[in-house]
Amino acid sequence: MLGSTIAGWFSHLNDTTGINFTVFYDSYDGSRFLSGFWVTLELCGVTILGSVLLGVLGAWGQGSRLRWVRALVASYVHLFRNTPPLVQIYFFYFGLSAMLPASKNAFGMTQPLINGFTWACISLTCFAGAFNVEIFRSGIEAIPGATLEAAEALGFTRVQTYRHIVLPLGLRICLPALTNNLVNLVKTTPLAYAIAVPELLYVSNQIWSDSENVPEMMILLFIIYIALVGVLVFAMHLWARALRRPGLGT
Amino acid sequence: MKSYKIAALTFLLGTAGIAHADELQDIKSAGVLIVGVKADYPPFGSLSPTGANIGIEPELGADVAKRLGVKIQYVPVVAANRIQFLQQGKINLLIATMNDTPEREKIVDIVHPDYYASGYNLMVPKTVKITSWAELKGVPVCAIQGAFYNKEIAEKYGAETVAFTGVAEALTALRQGRCNAFVYDDTAIEGKLQDPSWSDYDMPLASQDAKPWGMAVKQGETGFADFLSKTIIDWDKTGYILKLETKYGIKHAAFAVQAHAKYK
Repeated sequence: MLGSTIAGWFSHLNDTTGINFTVFYDSYDGSRFLSGFWVTLELCGVTILGSVLLGVLGAWGQGSRLRWVRALVASYVHLFRNTPPLVQIYFFYFGLSAMLPASKNAFGMTQPLINGFTWACISLTCFAGAFNVEIFRSGIEAIPGATLEAAEALGFTRVQTYRHIVLPLGLRICLPALTNNLVNLVKTTPLAYAIAVPELLYVSNQIWSDSENVPEMMILLFIIYIALVGVLVFAMHLWARALRRPGLGT
Repeated sequence: MKSYKIAALTFLLGTAGIAHADELQDIKSAGVLIVGVKADYPPFGSLSPTGANIGIEPELGADVAKRLGVKIQYVPVVAANRIQFLQQGKINLLIATMNDTPEREKIVDIVHPDYYASGYNLMVPKTVKITSWAELKGVPVCAIQGAFYNKEIAEKYGAETVAFTGVAEALTALRQGRCNAFVYDDTAIEGKLQDPSWSDYDMPLASQDAKPWGMAVKQGETGFADFLSKTIIDWDKTGYILKLETKYGIKHAAFAVQAHAKYK
């Protein structure tokens, strides 16, 4: 009932003013826009979790006693921080993918094993992860040496120190920088449209090509990304509040 | 300055719809027909290694010049400037893969009948056996973002379009097997298939949604347009366009075959 009222109103808006929000009254456009929104949400979810995990692991590796581990992390950070994310996506999808084994599909054609969505997740995770490594390092290095010595004196192993002291304290310090990077990550996900991942920008592009309603779709995209980033920032803010300890940082 | 004023005056007269001169006479007295053709759309209009304009449309222009008994001169045009070139008098005749649309009829005179038509079609590897569009259900099909037929093949045939920003990306994805077919303009696919590196690919289905191509002259040049109408009918009668298709190694378009059958 409400749905048909909304559809009717937007259809009327188009008839009378030419302001054409097809996604609200055309069921085909509506369903593909919604599916694009879900794909964007999935992309954001997977890459945020993955990149934070990668950042934690990388920052730990940076402090490793093994030289090759430190070298590995350093080269990873350099590779992914110093190249444009769009180039990385193209490289993974068209370049690296061609060197991997392929399967046969129903038509008897060879088909790459890893699809566009997975490549987008991998490449965006690596991209944001490289920044997260440096962000976590900034938090870790801010922890006074005396604190670490105290942990050592209490008999903490290196892993225990990292898990119980370095990470919780460091996280509080680097949370604002982490929030910044994750916001950036959400705004980088539309690049996946270059490799035909049907996320929001991709479906919007299809819709505005069919209905020639570029300004309307742009407005919609703007609002949705503002809302998405707003939710993320709010969640990070709640997390920061939960982690807050009087006397440490702000 | 003076010539600028004259040009402006001519333009005003032209837009006022006053046929001040007969273009057919002008071309004959100048002894040269200037034709706007594509230079980047083989086999319809491209450049030879020596820089000469070659292709089906330059040949059509040359035939018009021959009938008029004048020399031919080509001006390369692109979609964005072709109509302006005609309006400004830089060219006498436009034969440049242009669709005949009601909007364009308002600003230039499109010669009837239309001389050709193109639609969209599928480029598929020869290993893929496909005999009808209905078989596309659930099949990943590479496409170009923004093409009008993406929605059509998804809605009508249930194909899963995988759309890329450019032709090169879509073709790479087709080669890598990310899709089983590539949906594109049939005439452009014909051009691609002539490239030896795409010899393992084919265009097995009939083109869909063919839209007619029209030659155009400046608005109000009815004498010249009538002459061209008769020329096109004569081409259809003699099967000249079919012969050119064969010469340039492309399949006969259904439109050209029907036109030949109609006037033969």
